[in-house]
Amino acid sequence: MTALFTMTMQPGSKWSAHVGRGKAITLTATGDRANLSALFFHAQDPAERYNMPDTLKAQHTAFLTTGNILMTDQGKALASITEDTVGWHDPLSGYTTRQATDERYGKTTYQDQRNDWLRSGEENFKVELFRHNLSPRDIGVPVNFFSKVVCELDGTMKYMLQETAARSVTIRTEMDILLVLSNTPHPLDPSGQYPDASIVVSVADAEPVSEMDPCVVHCEENRRAFENTWNAYALLKGAN
Amino acid sequence: MSTFHPVDSPLLTEQAMYEQVIPAGDGWLHDLLPGQVLRIVDMEGNQAVDTLFYSTEDPTDHYSAVRTINRQGNLYLTTGSTLLAESGRALMRITADTCGRHDTIGGACSAQSNTVRYAHDKLPMHNCRDTFMLMLSQRDEFTKRDLAPNVNFFMNVPVTPEGELTFADGLSAPGRYVELLALAPVTVLISNCPQLNNPCNAYNPTPAKVLIWNAEGVNAHV
Repeated sequence: MTALFTMTMQPGSKWSAHVGRGKAITLTATGDRANLSALFFHAQDPAERYNMPDTLKAQHTAFLTTGNILMTDQGKALASITEDTVGWHDPLSGYTTRQATDERYGKTTYQDQRNDWLRSGEENFKVELFRHNLSPRDIGVPVNFFSKVVCELDGTMKYMLQETAARSVTIRTEMDILLVLSNTPHPLDPSGQYPDASIVVSVADAEPVSEMDPCVVHCEENRRAFENTWNAYALLKGAN
Repeated sequence: MSTFHPVDSPLLTEQAMYEQVIPAGDGWLHDLLPGQVLRIVDMEGNQAVDTLFYSTEDPTDHYSAVRTINRQGNLYLTTGSTLLAESGRALMRITADTCGRHDTIGGACSAQSNTVRYAHDKLPMHNCRDTFMLMLSQRDEFTKRDLAPNVNFFMNVPVTPEGELTFADGLSAPGRYVELLALAPVTVLISNCPQLNNPCNAYNPTPAKVLIWNAEGVNAHV
């Protein structure tokens, strides 16, 4: 696949964009302890968005990897994870707040550090959402790509180190989406060192989705979510 | 799983200033004042009570599952859990719990998610998301964007260390309850779950009861 677009997200950086359906977005980490918090919205109607509970309960999973799809609150396949050399992406833990960032890494300010001040997922999301006429009320539960959190039987949540350097995950868009990304630390990462991994974002045209696509056939629930997406686009498509 | 220690409430039901049965499949939208105590009773056992909380002063500030579970480092709610809003504002604290397992990640059933999870022909079935929307439509300040992931009181959604997630039989029983203290003016939204397709309600949705006690020394009208 030839990349149509490539950019590098430095530690602490944020980015948002509309990405049309049928694109393959590859995220590659340049170092370990990478974490990329991501929110997904339907581009034309952002009130429809990625829904963590609906996604996880339909696929009976508490983490995301190859074969899994992200579903909207309208029961549609929004995006698919078509390739993954990381193994576990955390959908449960949310984003770092300003307060948690100051507490864990020490207070930094633009006035003292200029552009080396440490950014938070909270502020990154607020700014990028506002850019698209959304607001903090639209902050839901992000996917934390590259991070692993294990829940013990009593519910205790444990951040687990996994290798991320040079690992990548590819997300195929099944709908036109608004993608909001924040390269900010995982909120449960216990290290006192702000992560230094950059994320390379590369977008290419994806191959058309076949009936036997691994994400479609992953489970019956996924197939029905794809059918809901295909039906919605069939209804939208104009007459020839 | 660690041993659960039920925490009973000292509050007497005859002193409650409000009592209401929410029939299976119905909704409830109510404002609490700081210091008021809300008890939710699983009257017949194994009933999921889908619940959202909002700051009454800023209804755009919804309960945040991730803020809440992050702060306590645990996926489940019980006595001592503080429920936070997306802004970080503390909304409610659980002060008593005789059930011991309340879910934070299972969300609310919807017509559309029923088509995905079960079959396309489940679309017409009654569901929590419809109840939430009908309730929120009573107030101009709410929009669909405010439907954040909710708490499921009495519902059991175990996550294994391997990352599996299932809907299991509830650990609740008739008369079990959870009690929450309002830490701020809080609007409570409940859908008493009508789901018939999985064991979250033991395939038989039943009524729940809500009771409210006034804060000591506060003569509040609700």
